[in-house]
Amino acid sequence: MSFLKIDSLTHRFGGLTAVSDLNYELEEGGIYGLIGPNGAGKTTVFNLVSGFYNPSEGKIQYRGEELNGLPPHDIAARQIGRTFQNIRLWSEMTVLDNIKISQHYQLGYGLPGVIFKTKKYRDRERKIEAKAMELLEEFNLTDLACEYPKNLSYGVQRRVEIARALSLGPKLLMLDEPAAGLSTSDVVELIDYIRWVHENFKITIWMIEHQMQVIMTLCDRIKVIDFGKEIADGLPDEIRNNPQVIKAYLGDGEI
Amino acid sequence: MFTTVLQNLFNALQWGSFYSMIALGYCLVYGVLRLINFAHGDIFMMACYFAFFIATFFLSIFLGLPGPVIFVITLFLTIMVTAGLGVFIERVAYRPLRKKGAHRLYVVITALMLGFILENGNLAVLGASSRRFPDMIDKVIISFGGVNLTNLKIIVILSSIVVFFILNLIVNKTKIGMAMRAISYDKFAIPLMGIPVNKVITFTFALGSGLAAVAGILFGMSYPVLDPYMGMIIGWKAFIAAVVGGIGDIKGAFLGGFILGFIEIIVVAFFPSSYKDLIAFVILLLILTIKPTGFFGVAKSTKI
Amino acid sequence: MSTTATIKTKKEMNLWPLALFIGGGIIIALGATGSINKYIQTVIMFIGINVILSASLNVVNGYMGEFSCGHGGFMLVGAYVSSILSVLLFTNSKWLGHPILPPSTAVFLFPVIIIIGGLVAAVAGLLVAIPSFKTRDDYLAIITIAANFIFVSLVNNLEFVGGSRGFMGMKGTVFAMEDVFKAPYMLFWTLTFCSLAVFLIKRLMRSTFGKGISAIRYDEISAEIMSVNTNHMKLVAFMFSSGLAGIAGGLFAHVMGFINPASFSIMKSTEALVMVYLGGMGSLSGSVLSAIIFTILLEAMRPLQILKWVLIPLMLILLMQFRPEGLMGNKELTDKFPRLKRFFTRSSM
Repeated sequence: MSFLKIDSLTHRFGGLTAVSDLNYELEEGGIYGLIGPNGAGKTTVFNLVSGFYNPSEGKIQYRGEELNGLPPHDIAARQIGRTFQNIRLWSEMTVLDNIKISQHYQLGYGLPGVIFKTKKYRDRERKIEAKAMELLEEFNLTDLACEYPKNLSYGVQRRVEIARALSLGPKLLMLDEPAAGLSTSDVVELIDYIRWVHENFKITIWMIEHQMQVIMTLCDRIKVIDFGKEIADGLPDEIRNNPQVIKAYLGDGEI
Repeated sequence: MFTTVLQNLFNALQWGSFYSMIALGYCLVYGVLRLINFAHGDIFMMACYFAFFIATFFLSIFLGLPGPVIFVITLFLTIMVTAGLGVFIERVAYRPLRKKGAHRLYVVITALMLGFILENGNLAVLGASSRRFPDMIDKVIISFGGVNLTNLKIIVILSSIVVFFILNLIVNKTKIGMAMRAISYDKFAIPLMGIPVNKVITFTFALGSGLAAVAGILFGMSYPVLDPYMGMIIGWKAFIAAVVGGIGDIKGAFLGGFILGFIEIIVVAFFPSSYKDLIAFVILLLILTIKPTGFFGVAKSTKI
Repeated sequence: MSTTATIKTKKEMNLWPLALFIGGGIIIALGATGSINKYIQTVIMFIGINVILSASLNVVNGYMGEFSCGHGGFMLVGAYVSSILSVLLFTNSKWLGHPILPPSTAVFLFPVIIIIGGLVAAVAGLLVAIPSFKTRDDYLAIITIAANFIFVSLVNNLEFVGGSRGFMGMKGTVFAMEDVFKAPYMLFWTLTFCSLAVFLIKRLMRSTFGKGISAIRYDEISAEIMSVNTNHMKLVAFMFSSGLAGIAGGLFAHVMGFINPASFSIMKSTEALVMVYLGGMGSLSGSVLSAIIFTILLEAMRPLQILKWVLIPLMLILLMQFRPEGLMGNKELTDKFPRLKRFFTRSSM
C-alpha cells in the first residue's frame, strides 16, 4: 500500500482540462518534487489533493483511505498540511494564534465546552498552547509569538507558514513554491530548513518549486508535468537530462 | 375562466414591466461597479415625487395644454432631475469611498443608509400626508372578449420593452456601452487604456436613474397614491427580479422582472394578497441559497 | 513578549464582566430603593438590551467579518416566542385564556422563557447560517435582509398573534412577579443577561474554538485547509449571535409590554449595525461602549422624531467615509489604555 496514490486524476474547469490522467505514487518518508512550466496545473494538483477542488475523474488515496469528495478540513484532519504560493497566514492574528488554530481538528470540545468552561476544554486549551509553544521553540520563533504576521518579513512569514502547517501534525507536507520571492541567500537557508523539517518531524514532503537548485538538491524523485499531463518522472539526474523536459521549459526552437 | 386568466396575464405583464425597468437600473450599476445600489428603489420613489411636482406645476400653469404634451414634458424633465439625483449620490457618497479603495461592505452600508435618508428625509420635509398623482392622460378602457385593458397598461408594457431595446443598443452597440462592459471586467487596466472611468460611471448612474424615472412616472400614473416608503418594497422586489435573472446581465434582469410579476399573480390567485411579499422574499432566499448566480449569471471562481 | 508573556495572558482573568456585574448591582439597588426614576431605569434597560444586540452582532459582522443586516428578525423571533409563552403561562388574556401555571412561578421561570426565546431564535438563525456556507459578502447581506423581511411579513400574516396590530400582555407577567416580591425585575434581568452575553462572547472569542471564527474573517480558505470546519464555525457564529439577539428581543418585549412586527424591521437591524460599526468590528469593549453612547444619543434625539432617522443613517455614512474602523478598530479598551489592564485584570501569578 502506498502512502499517497493518485489514479488517473483529471480535472476540468469548464472546457479547460487543467490536469489530465495523472498517476502519482508517493512512498512514506521521501521528498518529492512536482515541476513544470507556468500554468502546467501543478497547484491544481495540490488543490485537488487538499480537497479545495473535487476532481472530475480519478481517485486519490492517502494511507489506504480515499480522499475524493472530502471537504478540505477533513483532509487536513487526516494529517495533510500545506502551504500556499502566496502566503496565506491570518495576518492580523498573532503568530501563536496562527499555530493554535491549526490544531482545530483536535479540539474535542464544542460551544458547550466553551460556555461552561469544562475540564476537557481547559485541558485541551492547555495542551494546545503547550504544543504551540513547543513548536515555536523548535522553529526559533518564540520571540515572535505575539507578533502579527503582517509585521514580519517575507522570509519569516514563510517560516511561520511552514510552522503553521506542521502544527496540524501532518504526515504529508505539501509546499507550494516555498522559495518564491526569496533571495539567493535565503534559498540556501530554505534548503537546509526543509531538510531539517524533513528529518526532525519525520514526514513526507511534496513540493512544487521553480528554483531548480531547491528541487535538485532536495528531491528523491521528481515528476514533470506540462498542460496537465505527465511528461517525465524520475531521479533528479534523469530529469535534468530529459530532452522532453528541456523542450517543455525552453521551447522547441534551436538555441 | 379564460378571461380571468387573460386579465391576470396583463396584470402580471404590467407589474413585470415596473419590476423590469427598476431591475435594469440595479443591473447596470452592478454590472459596472459590482455594487448593489440599495438606494435605487428610493431613487424610483423620488422620481415619482419629482414627476408629481413637475406634472402638478405644468397642469396648473398651462391649463390649455393637452395632457399628452404635459406628459412628454414631465417625462423629459423627470428623467433629467432623477438622473441628476443618481449622479449626485454617486459623487458625494460612492466616489469618495471608491477613491479610498474602501471595502465593498462599506459601500453597501452607505447605499443602504442613503435609502433611509431619502425615505425619511422625504417624510420629514413633505410630511406624512400621502399625495395623489394628477391625471395627465385620459383613461381609455379597451375591452375585447370580456378582458378590460386601460391604455395606460399598454403604455407601461410597451415602454418597458422599448426601454429594454434602447438599453441593449446602448450597452452592446455604442462606445460608452463598450467601456461600461470593459470596466466590469477589469477595473484596474481600464484607466490605463485611456478610458475615463469616472465619466463612464457617472453615465451609468444617470442611465440607471433615468430608467427608474420612467418607471416612477408610469407607476405614479397607474397607482396614483404616493408615499415615501413606496420605493422600499418595490425596489426590493425589483432587486429580487434582478437576482432571479442573474444580476449583472441586462437580459436576465429584464426577464427576471416578468418572472417575478407572474409569480406574484399566481401567488395572489391561491393565497391572500398579503402573502405576496413573503413569498417573493422566500424565492429570493431560495435562489441565493441554491443557485446564487441566478438563471442567466455566470459564477466567478476563487483562485488560490 | 516570549513565553512568560503568553502564558500570563492565559492565566489572567478578565474582570470586564465582573465590573459590569458590580455596576449592575449598584444600579439595581438604586432602582429598588427608588433613587433613580422610572425613565432613567428604562434608558438603562435599553442600554442593556442594545449592548446584547451590538455585542452579538459583532460576533458575525466583526469577528467573522461577514455582513449580517437582519439582526432585527432574530430579535423578533425571540420577542414573540417569549412573549407568547409568558402570556400563555402566567397571565389571563383574551387570546390565550387563563394562565397555565400559577402566576407566582414567573419569578423563577421568567429567565427560562427568555432563554427559550433565545434558543428558538438560534434555530431561526439557521435560515441565514445555511446559505452562508456557499454565499458571501453582499449576497449574504441580501439573504440576511430577506430573512428579516420574511420574519416581519410572516408575523404580519399571523392573525392569532395579532398580525400587524401587535401583541401585548407581557406586563401581566411583570406584575405577577412584582406581586410576589416588589423588585425591579426587568432591570435585574436585562443587566444580568447583558453581563452574561458579554461574558460568554468574550469567553468564546478567547478560546481556540472561537478563534476559528476570526480565522474565517482573515482568510477563509486557509482556515479550511488548516482543519477549521468553516461551515460548522459559521453555524456556531450565526446561531450564537441570533440566539443572543432573541434573548435581547424577549427582554425588549417585556420591558415595552407591547410588540409589533414593525418594531423589528430593517430599521432595528440598522440600529444594531450602527452600533457595531461605531464601536469597531471585532472589538467587544467597542460594542459595549457604542451601545451605551448610541442609546443615550437615541434618547436625546427623540424630540427630533423622523429627522432622527435621517441623522442616524447619515452618521453611519460619515463613519464609513472618515473612520470605517469605528471608535476602537479591532482593539479592546485594554489595548488602548494599558493602565486599564492592571485595573481590570488580576494575574494569578
